[in-house]
Amino acid sequence: MFSFLLLSIFLLSTLFSLYFGTSGETGSSLFEGAEKALAFCLSAGGGICLWSAVMEVMERCGMASALSKALRPLLGRLFPCASGDSQTMAALSQNVSANLLGLGNAATPAGIRAARGLAGLGAEDELCLLVVLNTASIQLIPSTIAAVRASQGAVSAFDITPAVWISSVLSVCAGLGAAAVLRRLWR
Amino acid sequence: MKSLLDLMAPVLICCVCIVAAFRGVDIYEAMVCGAKKGLRVVLDILPALIVLFPAISILRASGLPELLCRLLSPVFGLLGIPEETALLLLLRPMSGSGALAAATELIGQYGADSLIGRTAAVMIGSSETTFYVIAVYFAAAGVKNSRWAVPAALCADLACFISSAWICRLLWG
Repeated sequence: MFSFLLLSIFLLSTLFSLYFGTSGETGSSLFEGAEKALAFCLSAGGGICLWSAVMEVMERCGMASALSKALRPLLGRLFPCASGDSQTMAALSQNVSANLLGLGNAATPAGIRAARGLAGLGAEDELCLLVVLNTASIQLIPSTIAAVRASQGAVSAFDITPAVWISSVLSVCAGLGAAAVLRRLWR
Repeated sequence: MKSLLDLMAPVLICCVCIVAAFRGVDIYEAMVCGAKKGLRVVLDILPALIVLFPAISILRASGLPELLCRLLSPVFGLLGIPEETALLLLLRPMSGSGALAAATELIGQYGADSLIGRTAAVMIGSSETTFYVIAVYFAAAGVKNSRWAVPAALCADLACFISSAWICRLLWG
């Protein structure tokens, strides 16, 4: 699927630049793009590494496990089938807390353990809910995009944070709402 | 409020370090180890970015996104989403690196503190690579039928894009 996407981008851009008469810019933009990719990694990479460093300290302090304990009652309500199984519940709350703290490396393995547990319990609706929660990002500190903004000369890279929070909460609510409706309609 | 947000990163680092000191965590060693992990993440996405940045650049230079913007602008106008973000929105659920490339182009072109630049940043910050997440989780669980996960996840994405656009216009418009 990915190769198809890439092929269609290259093909369409070449054909359209002939049609629009923008062939000069299009030809040079290809190599500028590759240059930009490297420049991006050099300029935003420092910020990304710094946040990764702070997150490592957070993880070693046990902040993630404290948060996951605090989240357990709330998640028990959203996932009634899983709340009976302590291992699945632990993986589930680890997944959500790692997502909140932006610990991508920890979130995916925990999420996969939770998904396997839910599949084992035969809780198909709750498996879908877990996936929907993971597709609607719920990050407290938008570190990657802040690093990008800082590299592009933002005055205060993190000043978008409240907007990200509001938008994340609304999108999670929309996901939960859609889940509540769809699980009844899906037969 | 504003200076608190400016100081968000340093304040957060202070809090984390204080807790770490109480817990007896070796802060320096942990940070170096974390930075190393971050470097690996950057190196892992670099090859994908080297392929995708040129793809996004050539696409933008060809003038096709402008055509797309013009076609989609009635829908976007209705939803209140700036039409410049059309390419970003189409890429976001499919490719994380591609969306990052598109957002970086927008932020570079319009400026990090412009309304478009901020909207692109908030959209990226509050969404995920939907189809990738769905593929990984269902494959790992060994479940073939994803049932209602795709439509529900796309609803969440649409809500995210609309609310990002509205909030940014409200705060910085």
